[in-house]
Amino acid sequence: MTQVKMTVNGKSVSGDVEGRTLLADFLREGLRLTGTHIGCDTSQCGACVVHVNGEAVKSCTALALDLDGAEVVTIEGMANPDGSLSVIQQAFQDHHGLQCGFCTPGMVMSAAALLKDNPKPSEHEVRDYLEGNICRCTGYHNIVKAIMAASGQDVTQIAAE
Amino acid sequence: MYNFEFAKPTTIADAVEALGHEEAQALGGGQTLLPTMKQRLAAPATLVSLNAIPEMIGVCLNDAGEVCIGGATTHAMVVREAAAHYPALAALASHIGDPAVRNRGTIGGSLANNDPSACYPAAALASGATIKTNTRDIAADDYFQGMFETALNDGEIITEVRFPVPQTANYQKFVQPASRFALVGVFVAQFADGVRVAVTGASSDGVFRWTEAEAALSGDFSKSAVDGLSVPSGSMISDLHGSGDYRAHLVKVMTGRAVAAAG
Amino acid sequence: MPKDHGIGASSKRREDVRFLTGRGRYTDDINLYGQAYVHFLRSDVAHGTLNGIDTSEAEGMPGVIRIFTGKDFEGVGGLPCGWQVTDKHGNPMQEPGHPILAQGKVRHVGDPIAAVVAETAAQARSAAEAIAVDIHELPAVIDMRKALEPGAPKVHDDLDSNLCYDWGFVEENKGAVDEAFSKAAHVTTLELVNNRLAPNAMEPRVAVGDYAAGTDDSTLYTTSQNPHVIRLLMGAFVLGIPEHKLRVVAPDVGGGFGSKIFHYAEEAFCTFAAKQLKRPVKWTCSRSEAFISDAHGRDHVTKIELALDADNNFMAIRTDTCANMGAYLSTFAPSVPTWLHGTLMAGNYKTPLIYVNVKAVFTNTVPVDAYRGAGRPEATFQLERLIDKAARELGVDPVELRRQNFITEFPYATPVAVEYDTGDYHATMDKLLIMIDRDGFDARAAKSKEAGKLRGLGINCYIEACGIAPSALVGQLGARAGLYESATVRVNATGGIVVMTGSHSHGQGHETSFAQVVADMIGIPEAQIEIVHGDTANTPMGMGTYGSRSIAVGGSAMVRATEKIISKAKKIAAHLMEASDSDIELKDGQFTVAGTDKSVAWGDVTLAAYVPHNYPLTELEPGLEETAFYDPNNFTYPAGAYACEVEVDPETGKVKICSFAAADDFGNVINPMIVSGQVHGGLAQGIGQALLENVSYDADGQLLSASYMDYAMPRADDLPFYQVDHSCVTPCTHNPLGVKGCGEAGAIGSPPAVVNAVIDALHRGGMTHVGHIDMPLTSARVWTAMQG
Repeated sequence: MTQVKMTVNGKSVSGDVEGRTLLADFLREGLRLTGTHIGCDTSQCGACVVHVNGEAVKSCTALALDLDGAEVVTIEGMANPDGSLSVIQQAFQDHHGLQCGFCTPGMVMSAAALLKDNPKPSEHEVRDYLEGNICRCTGYHNIVKAIMAASGQDVTQIAAE
Repeated sequence: MYNFEFAKPTTIADAVEALGHEEAQALGGGQTLLPTMKQRLAAPATLVSLNAIPEMIGVCLNDAGEVCIGGATTHAMVVREAAAHYPALAALASHIGDPAVRNRGTIGGSLANNDPSACYPAAALASGATIKTNTRDIAADDYFQGMFETALNDGEIITEVRFPVPQTANYQKFVQPASRFALVGVFVAQFADGVRVAVTGASSDGVFRWTEAEAALSGDFSKSAVDGLSVPSGSMISDLHGSGDYRAHLVKVMTGRAVAAAG
Repeated sequence: MPKDHGIGASSKRREDVRFLTGRGRYTDDINLYGQAYVHFLRSDVAHGTLNGIDTSEAEGMPGVIRIFTGKDFEGVGGLPCGWQVTDKHGNPMQEPGHPILAQGKVRHVGDPIAAVVAETAAQARSAAEAIAVDIHELPAVIDMRKALEPGAPKVHDDLDSNLCYDWGFVEENKGAVDEAFSKAAHVTTLELVNNRLAPNAMEPRVAVGDYAAGTDDSTLYTTSQNPHVIRLLMGAFVLGIPEHKLRVVAPDVGGGFGSKIFHYAEEAFCTFAAKQLKRPVKWTCSRSEAFISDAHGRDHVTKIELALDADNNFMAIRTDTCANMGAYLSTFAPSVPTWLHGTLMAGNYKTPLIYVNVKAVFTNTVPVDAYRGAGRPEATFQLERLIDKAARELGVDPVELRRQNFITEFPYATPVAVEYDTGDYHATMDKLLIMIDRDGFDARAAKSKEAGKLRGLGINCYIEACGIAPSALVGQLGARAGLYESATVRVNATGGIVVMTGSHSHGQGHETSFAQVVADMIGIPEAQIEIVHGDTANTPMGMGTYGSRSIAVGGSAMVRATEKIISKAKKIAAHLMEASDSDIELKDGQFTVAGTDKSVAWGDVTLAAYVPHNYPLTELEPGLEETAFYDPNNFTYPAGAYACEVEVDPETGKVKICSFAAADDFGNVINPMIVSGQVHGGLAQGIGQALLENVSYDADGQLLSASYMDYAMPRADDLPFYQVDHSCVTPCTHNPLGVKGCGEAGAIGSPPAVVNAVIDALHRGGMTHVGHIDMPLTSARVWTAMQG
């Protein structure tokens, strides 16, 4: 076991991990931050996406020890300081961008990473960016809509409630 | 995943030393290696991360006009920093995996693995890149030696990849809908002294140069120049995503599209 | 004005807040003190005799607590099948045993052979690798038609053959159907495959078994759509634990789509092992393991024929289907190709004579069971592809051919045993044609042509039977369970309400929509109502969520219980206001005496019920809590019309979905936002089936599509924004809410639209030789078909 230290959601944390401990395991089991989910074992579904040093990363495909000293933000760190939903989270609720909720943490983290680099993405850009996030419930319609709404775009012309 | 010792050297020399140990394996971004290890299909005793070696990270233009990319440079960084120098290469990098994968995956890792459906091998081979390791320079033509096979020796690290910049170039990727790797990908690069065409995804021998197309395009750089050619389907991969005949057909279509897009 | 609360309002989902902040509680988030981990060693061959299992080396490995094999389950029940089909000769289906761990033979890749319980998951896996299994590999049967040939290797040695049943429906009609075909002016024939799918809820299955030695109580935490059903099946048929000593909890569940209805071996194992070892035992399925252990869906091979008279009226339909059961009978597998499929073969059309034949076949593959739509997508796909082909052969407009044959009078008794209560198929078709601007299609096609693409338009209808279902009817059809639903409405002293429902939400938003109904009935804010589900310890015996039944059956039970509450509350109010309870009206949370200005608030009445100082104790018990069990007298019949526009790249065969429109009649709608979301998700799964998804085995039974590297899940960039509409409403006549259910429609109605559109595009492009392409319509398949 080796000690790893990180800043997670603004707090300094440390823990003893094995070489093979994935960031996702460290978050879920070591820190009990169970909002980060594991939906596949081939690095495709994206339920495990977190931010590492400001960039979206699949936490199931990164070793905890390789990220020693990193700044990590998970879904638990996305709400506003007063606990209210952030703009992106609120947009997901307003536009019904989630159903079972399992892919949702990864979707929100990916959406936040996208909007940081591209504050007003087109529909095509949103869909393209979500290539690594699989949702089985929503058919993506309301996820794409929510992300565009979170970016301040008018989505009232997009079909359906 | 089996357990392993983890090392994270900060210089190439230290990395080479760490990789000298029995059953040590280099770790780039890990976007292919870690899933493989989860399936317990690889069991290194030591994993040597190459992600903290500053001299292996970054994109620059050298005096010879080549784009030089450090072996541990992520795809995302190539997208950002190679765009001005070699747009077709940056465009290729922008469609590898997905955004989160691109933030971790590295060019050195991709070329060392030489997945037969990966994108970077097509760029390296079509560009006539030089794969620079801790011990030598390897020409792309000599580097790719079949599916998952390269000229690298055990413990040898890709420290940098140097891409000559063509006059014009384009990469066309026809995606396999599940993995999002290339079902067929074709990189066409036009240099002053001729055209190079490299194909990935299609052949069971891995990335290859389509020399008939190169000859035809060197004489006439137009989509119609490849119309009359045919790709032998014999060595083409045939699987649930497409037959060898279909892949052979796609090679031609994607080559034509790359030429048209390159202008 | 759209409503802002209650029935018909798009209330925002309250459950979203926890999911959006990472505070959901899924089964894998549950870790119990002293918990051990199990890893299942699974067969890597499709068929073989199990000669021996040597666990000696593995037992000495670090962390190993105990290794279980089939021997440990001798005397323990196998997994039960919940539905018995009677074949066309009146005989029961062949029903093989389904052991928890393989006994004597392995029958599919993934069949569990041994289970290693260890201190960590990694230790369990390492030890499993050290188990030496001696398997004599046998020839596998994968192809259904080959499995039925005489002399084919048998999946189950103790059965007569690989034929589970040969079902004729309605057998008595067969002669008349054949006669109609002999007199037909035109017969259209189509052979097709309904591709095998992997459900792929994003949350893999998880089970945590726990045992309290002090009280002899067992608890199972599991990813289930129906915890009571698991408690009954596992307790009564597998482990012999009475329900009062067994609690099953299905907390937040990350999608189901049918795959989490069934009782699986891993659930029984964890419950069993926890008691044996006196420690909690946890199993977390990986995605790779899910592909070989979750029940698959669909997998039919069908020949269907349509007889038409000289005026293009449908005279008769005849089908011949082989349906794959896989290696064992999963919980509800036999019902899917029969009662959920044959009964829908009339579709939206007044075809007087129908005969459906289904042969269910055992093969050396993962068991197949219900997946979103379950049988109804298979029926719809056959019928709607066939009608499109008929229209093309006859040179008539496919919409007009449908309209001409629509059922227009209700109730309508079909020749396949069901009675549609309401519907208006012209209305949804009219709505659809407005939505899609059909007249503008030629201009859009011309534009596509300029870009080198072939554009096509596919239209179809669908009908489904859902709100599953009347117990008396399903009992006659072979169900070994009732299909009512339950609800307990508990009103607290200060007026807040807890509804304990037997339905289970794993994405459907019950916590929000169920609360809307009760809020509407009483006239109090939705926030005063809490919906509790998923725990057998605090919900009444319920049958769970599948078959688009939650609002139609579970919602109705809740309405009935709430009606009882209101009735009692009015009596209390009458007492408080010294009036007759027949004069009491309840509106906006206020009880008033008709024709007076007397009133008491909801909270005054609920307080009186629990603080009965001024209360009619001689006539009425204190307290305010009621339970209702609701058993409907018919299925519900949502129906609609769907349209898809595609572009086909003639150089590569790649299909792009340009637009998709769905006009549905779901009866009354509680929360339009949620209903639209359900349709969106269904459409994506249907489009996924049509273009991308396929479970593929090689001839030896090795799974080729064993991960997301080879099983193509629909992603955001594969799909468009959808147009959905549910403004055509013919309320259900037999449930109190007039609702029909919306969960499966999208998946049922969409595949034929996609395929019809691609065929249309190819025909418009001159490739009239292409009669049909089997799903999924991958680029390679479309290109190959184009080559002729």
